[in-house]
Amino acid sequence: MPRLLRHELLMFEALREGLGEEMERDPNVCVIGEDVGDYGGSYKVTKGFSEKFGSWRVLDTPIAENSFTGMAIGAAMTGLRPVVEGMNMGFLLLAYNQIANNCGMLHYTSGGQFTIPVVIRGPGGVGRQLGAEHSQRLESYFQSVPGLQMVACSTPYNAKGLMKAAIRCENPVILYEHVLLYNLKEKIPDEEYTCCLEEAEMVRPGTDITILTYSRMRYHVTQAAKTLVDRGYDPEIIDIRSLKPFDMYTIGESVKKTHRVLIVEECMRTGGIGASLRSAIMESFWDELDGPIGCLSSQDVPTPYSGPLEELTVVQPHQIVTAVENLCGKK
Amino acid sequence: MAKRMQGIMESIQTLCSGDHGNEGFMQDDEDEEEENGVGRLTSWAELLGFGLAVFSEAIAPQLQCFCDRTLGFAVGQGGSREAWIKAVAMAMSLVRKAVKKGWVGALAPAARVMSQALSTASEPITLDIPVPFKAHKVETPSVTVETSAQELTNFFKTMFIMRRMEIAADSLYKSKFIRGFCHLYDGQEAVCVGMEAALNDKDCIITAYRDHCTHLGRGGSVLEVFAELMGRKDGCSLGKGGSMHMYNKKGGFYGGNGIVGAQTPLGAGLAFAQKYLKVEGVTLAMYGDGAANQGQLFEAMNISALWNLPVIYVCENNHYGMGTAEWRSAKSPEYYKRGDYIPGLKVDGMDCLAVKQAVKYAKEYALQNGPMVLEMDTYRYHGHSMSDPGSTYRTRDEISGVRQERDPIERIRKLLLSNNIATVAELKTMEKEAKKEVEDALSKAKESPSPDSDELFTHVYRKGYGAKAYGADRKEVVVKLP
Repeated sequence: MPRLLRHELLMFEALREGLGEEMERDPNVCVIGEDVGDYGGSYKVTKGFSEKFGSWRVLDTPIAENSFTGMAIGAAMTGLRPVVEGMNMGFLLLAYNQIANNCGMLHYTSGGQFTIPVVIRGPGGVGRQLGAEHSQRLESYFQSVPGLQMVACSTPYNAKGLMKAAIRCENPVILYEHVLLYNLKEKIPDEEYTCCLEEAEMVRPGTDITILTYSRMRYHVTQAAKTLVDRGYDPEIIDIRSLKPFDMYTIGESVKKTHRVLIVEECMRTGGIGASLRSAIMESFWDELDGPIGCLSSQDVPTPYSGPLEELTVVQPHQIVTAVENLCGKK
Repeated sequence: MAKRMQGIMESIQTLCSGDHGNEGFMQDDEDEEEENGVGRLTSWAELLGFGLAVFSEAIAPQLQCFCDRTLGFAVGQGGSREAWIKAVAMAMSLVRKAVKKGWVGALAPAARVMSQALSTASEPITLDIPVPFKAHKVETPSVTVETSAQELTNFFKTMFIMRRMEIAADSLYKSKFIRGFCHLYDGQEAVCVGMEAALNDKDCIITAYRDHCTHLGRGGSVLEVFAELMGRKDGCSLGKGGSMHMYNKKGGFYGGNGIVGAQTPLGAGLAFAQKYLKVEGVTLAMYGDGAANQGQLFEAMNISALWNLPVIYVCENNHYGMGTAEWRSAKSPEYYKRGDYIPGLKVDGMDCLAVKQAVKYAKEYALQNGPMVLEMDTYRYHGHSMSDPGSTYRTRDEISGVRQERDPIERIRKLLLSNNIATVAELKTMEKEAKKEVEDALSKAKESPSPDSDELFTHVYRKGYGAKAYGADRKEVVVKLP
């Protein structure tokens, strides 16, 4: 790739850049959420927006997720493009009815008359001792809702690209950010770009095993990969990015090459993204597999407050190394 | 009525005879201006007879819109006698043109204008609303309402069609053409018909699942409703929505929602968009007495009052939330006061004119000041849905009592008769026409096919444009996505 002009920024700044560019480009884009306006957003994603775009386009809501999500959906039916911010993804559980029944289904039940170009975004995932109710992973809860698209960003580059693409998309998109990734630093291009919403990202090409991951676990995987390379393995790491629909094309090409799969995810074992992905791969690529598909997920427990216990709930790099060794055989 | 007719006839004859005398039906005069192209008459009876004779002929499309403009002109002029005379004059010049060009069929619209000139004048009528409004933190609107013969006749016709449609849906359900849930609106017709009289196409309506008649009021057709109820292709939602999911984007009707109360925040969103895009319109977010206890309604009221959104919350209080009477589910059944800081009005929901007056008043208020609550005191004759007999929690006497004393269609019928707008025979004709319209739509809907199998997967996602964001079938599909 030619050396283009680049600038360095943090993940939350990348999200802010993407959102700001889209708001300038299209006056119908507006942000609705708690403390997004004057406060600048609890993770500073919308800092400065209220002065720039006015308080009508960066709307501070009362603490009423059900109704302001519903309001955003109603506004989207007429052609506005609201971006709903859940201060923490877990709070959007209060708006589950609006997201599942109205957001996902209105395009279908109206026979195609209405589109809901809404983006629902917010930080989720296990943080640093935030407690059980603030460490929710909602990707598993929303994945069965028909009509929704789900993407998870993991780097400043894809965060900005996915934010822009999600806003321009005519379908309702849920953009999953992670509480612990907001301060990641990276150099991104100066010129405008978007990422494809349904595409997976190749992190590290390899030949021995396909490791599929997303969001924060990408970094645990890359960390484990260092150990694995030292031990003589050559893992192919793919950040699936698109949680619904899965990029079965990229995943399939990889499986045909390596014949072994390990899924590393942060959501719960039961009914998680890994569970769906595992059965999708098995159904389509059974003949290509040399062994069972491994799946490392978080434990099926409420996230405890205590630090060491919290570490035990999520997948750690050494567990990934062990899993790869078991799947590929010792070298 | 007879006196008015005579007056019009005399004026037109004076206008028409002028200097020319009675020389025959139509004189071909090349020099006459369009506006003065009245032509010469022998008698009204002849002209009327001629007009009615071609009434059922095919209409030449070129003259159709001219006729519509004629009618629009007459109504737009406020419906004064002078205006109607002008309209008839224009129509007669049309007739002259048509005869000249040999378009016999084009006379139908002209005849329509003329027969309407005689039958339904648009002179204003002032009436008083019998049941007074009750107000909360706002002044009550005046009980004197202006209407016209045409408006009252339209009320009658529309409500009658709605009533026939709902009753037809009842028998369709019992003969298993309609499955699942079917919530009928008969008894409550005055609410949606009265509302429409005060709204225009810039306004939005969103309601719950009892939406068949609301869909009709917003411009939907009876065929669309029946086809959707039976799950056929020609339904308004292509057969994929069903009874509870009827929408009409062009007409500003946003559904059709199954979950109780979930439409109220959506309504706040529609009003938000109207304010954001600076559209001079209001949103009517309708809900029932059962939904009035939902938390999301209070949340929606709070945010709409906070930001002065032009939304009117319309509570259709039919006194029963399925099987639970209002006094058993609400500590305070005064739903118009539930908005607390939001003003409210209680309206007799069985009276079209009261509904029209209240909505007109609320619209003016909402465009200036923000939300308002309207409680429509109405009643449903059927049970909550077709699976509910409707008599286990209320007495049959109560139902028949309301039907006798407060039925909205009977009320308009009495007004039409007492104000000499229509005779009993004319009303019977209107009823017959309405029945026929509903039956025709029903038979057409029954012929409509079921949607094709691949319709199952359409409209789940929508292809986007601009950025590279597509639906599920973006690339070469190696696997079939579920």
